[in-house]
Amino acid sequence: MLWLLLFVVTAIHAELCQPDAENAFKVRLSIKTALGDNAYAWDSNEEYLFKAMVAFSMRKVPNREATEISHVLLCNVTQRVSFWFVVTDPLKNHTLPAVEVQSAIRMNRNRINNAFSLNDRTLEFLKIPSTLASPMDPSAPIWIIVFGVVFCIIAAAITVLVLSGIRQHRREDNELPEVDGTEEKCENVITSESSIPCHRLHMNGGGINGVFVTKDEWLTPL
Amino acid sequence: MLFVEGMPLLYLELAVGQRMRQGSIGAWRTVSPYLSGVGVASMVVSFFLTVYYNVINTWAFWYLFQSFQDPLPWSVCPLNGNHTGYDEECEKASSTQYFWYRKTLNISPSIQDNGGVQWELALCLILAWLVVYLCILRGTESTGKVVYFTALLPYCVLIVYLVRGLTLHGATNGLMYMFTPKVKQLADPKAWINAATQIFFSLGLGFGSLIAFASYNELSSNCQKHAIIVALINSSTSIFASIVTFSIYGFKATFNYEDCLNKVILLLTNYFDLEEGSLTASNLEEVKGHLASTYPSKYSEVFPQIRNCSLESELGTAVQGSGLSFIVYTEAIKNMEVSQLWSVLYFFMLLMLGIGSMLGNTAAILTPLTDSRVISSHLPKEVISGLVCLINCAIGLVFTTEAGSYWFDIFNDYAATLSLLLIVLVETVSVSYVYGLRRFESDLKAMTGQAVNWYWKAMWAIVSPLLIISLFIFYLSDYVLKGTLQYQAWDATQGQLVTRDYPVYALAIIGLLVATSIMCIPLVALGVFIMRCLKRGGTALVG
Repeated sequence: MLWLLLFVVTAIHAELCQPDAENAFKVRLSIKTALGDNAYAWDSNEEYLFKAMVAFSMRKVPNREATEISHVLLCNVTQRVSFWFVVTDPLKNHTLPAVEVQSAIRMNRNRINNAFSLNDRTLEFLKIPSTLASPMDPSAPIWIIVFGVVFCIIAAAITVLVLSGIRQHRREDNELPEVDGTEEKCENVITSESSIPCHRLHMNGGGINGVFVTKDEWLTPL
Repeated sequence: MLFVEGMPLLYLELAVGQRMRQGSIGAWRTVSPYLSGVGVASMVVSFFLTVYYNVINTWAFWYLFQSFQDPLPWSVCPLNGNHTGYDEECEKASSTQYFWYRKTLNISPSIQDNGGVQWELALCLILAWLVVYLCILRGTESTGKVVYFTALLPYCVLIVYLVRGLTLHGATNGLMYMFTPKVKQLADPKAWINAATQIFFSLGLGFGSLIAFASYNELSSNCQKHAIIVALINSSTSIFASIVTFSIYGFKATFNYEDCLNKVILLLTNYFDLEEGSLTASNLEEVKGHLASTYPSKYSEVFPQIRNCSLESELGTAVQGSGLSFIVYTEAIKNMEVSQLWSVLYFFMLLMLGIGSMLGNTAAILTPLTDSRVISSHLPKEVISGLVCLINCAIGLVFTTEAGSYWFDIFNDYAATLSLLLIVLVETVSVSYVYGLRRFESDLKAMTGQAVNWYWKAMWAIVSPLLIISLFIFYLSDYVLKGTLQYQAWDATQGQLVTRDYPVYALAIIGLLVATSIMCIPLVALGVFIMRCLKRGGTALVG
């Protein structure tokens, strides 16, 4: 009689957990990809931990606080390390709705990943989409800051160049009447030191000093 | 191509500029008054070029500013609305393509949909023009000092990239691809046509910028030596740069190939629940055969999803035009370590090169303007430069609209090609036959003190004009045979480029672009002829 009961129970279990069964989810682990040389082997102890994590997630759902590890059924474990699982109710005659299981897993995804030292990509729950972390949005986009700095530098350089150019133009414009003024002055003034009028000194642009005796005249011609 | 076409024409332009000591309009007026149209045409082509070329600097600035982030914005796809996956367009294309087409250009599906001006690009455009204005503000003397910097820095960056590129995984694949001659392609005349056109643009012939710069040279400087040195340095730089390019290209192709293989391996491992790590790249083929025989039905289900990964096809995917620098390179950079540094270096180098080109082109426009006494007596140099920059910036805003990239392609393909060929042809023919080859030779001898080699004379008089005429005929026949012109448009729903026909008004603008510059030559010649007739008629009446 006992054997018959056990047989019936395992038969029901087998029916409840099957690939593509109602409310069943497929899980896929890529341990070697994630951990490389530190990869652990997938054995019955790891399966026990997995059942514990799923039961833990379900216990956080209101009305499901009585979920036990034995309510989580695993089947079809392959070499890939992939398997199917279902969560049954305490009476073990039907499986809990997929929506509840899905939301429970989604909320505790981080804890489940950390228990196995994996992440969302290496521990996949097919049909349960993971919430992707949104990228950091800084308060001011960084590129505008860099743009502002470069823009200010260039604008300052242009202003400096333009202003110095204008100043040079003005200086050139002022110099020309000044030069005429000094020449007019020199016509009437005789320099104090050598008593030679200015205009003679300005001969040939000052290149030759006509007052100086040329070399040939020092020596009387033979 | 370099020796037959590039060097002789470069020597010719430098010598003309140095001898006539004026910008392009004045120089050609001195050769023959009927030919001042050549100078005007050069100026018009340079004007078109400055309008659209600074947009490249705009994009380079944009990418440069965006490189200061971690992670690089083009390395990851943005998330979709409810954060369960990535943006759809980004999934179909790649993240670098998405960043280029959506985030940078915000491209519209076709050239007809104009869209609005993208303010981010507009800001970068204004900045780019401010930088150009800063460099040309004081005239060519100050530009000369800036060019020391903009010309030497890219060499430093290229050397750094060469070292980095050669140490990348898979670089040798790219280099082997570059150095194995593809005999089939060498036999295709189109390859030689492209080589000839490339020499033109690379050396900057026909724009008037060479004449403008040479006019500031001392009368006795040895322009033959300069021409040879410049041409040789130009070509060796091109080869050097292509070594760097192909090593990075090989890295990218190898990376994509291995990525593709890994995807196939993952697909098969997951589908058949094989043990992790049992499928590797080496045993992939035999395992595929084994699976096909043992599970035929299951294999036929998964077969359509298996991509055939081939390194050759990855190396062969050539991307054209502006896409090359902004898509292919960013894809390679995002996979390197410390990618921010490499990205900043790369776009800074691109900026230096772009600004260097812009300086040459704006000098080509400004030198004739400042040479003409009419304009320079009323306005100082700074104001003329400022006005030119302002007008170009205002027109350049067209290229920052959503359809701007398509207009850019129009300008890039049609504004300069045909017109330049014609301009250089007229230049060569006019110096050889109108001015007289002997007269030119004696001028050069008087200037530099050296006789002109028979090689140059043969090139100027016979070979180069024939070559250019054949290029011209080829291009015209190509345009005529193709029928309507087509362009590549980005389809957001498919995530790839599709070919479309140009609408009528775009074709009209293309025709206008080409016609404006070419028509200058005969129109100005006609104008001078008429004025001479009137003058002669006037003197006849008076006398």
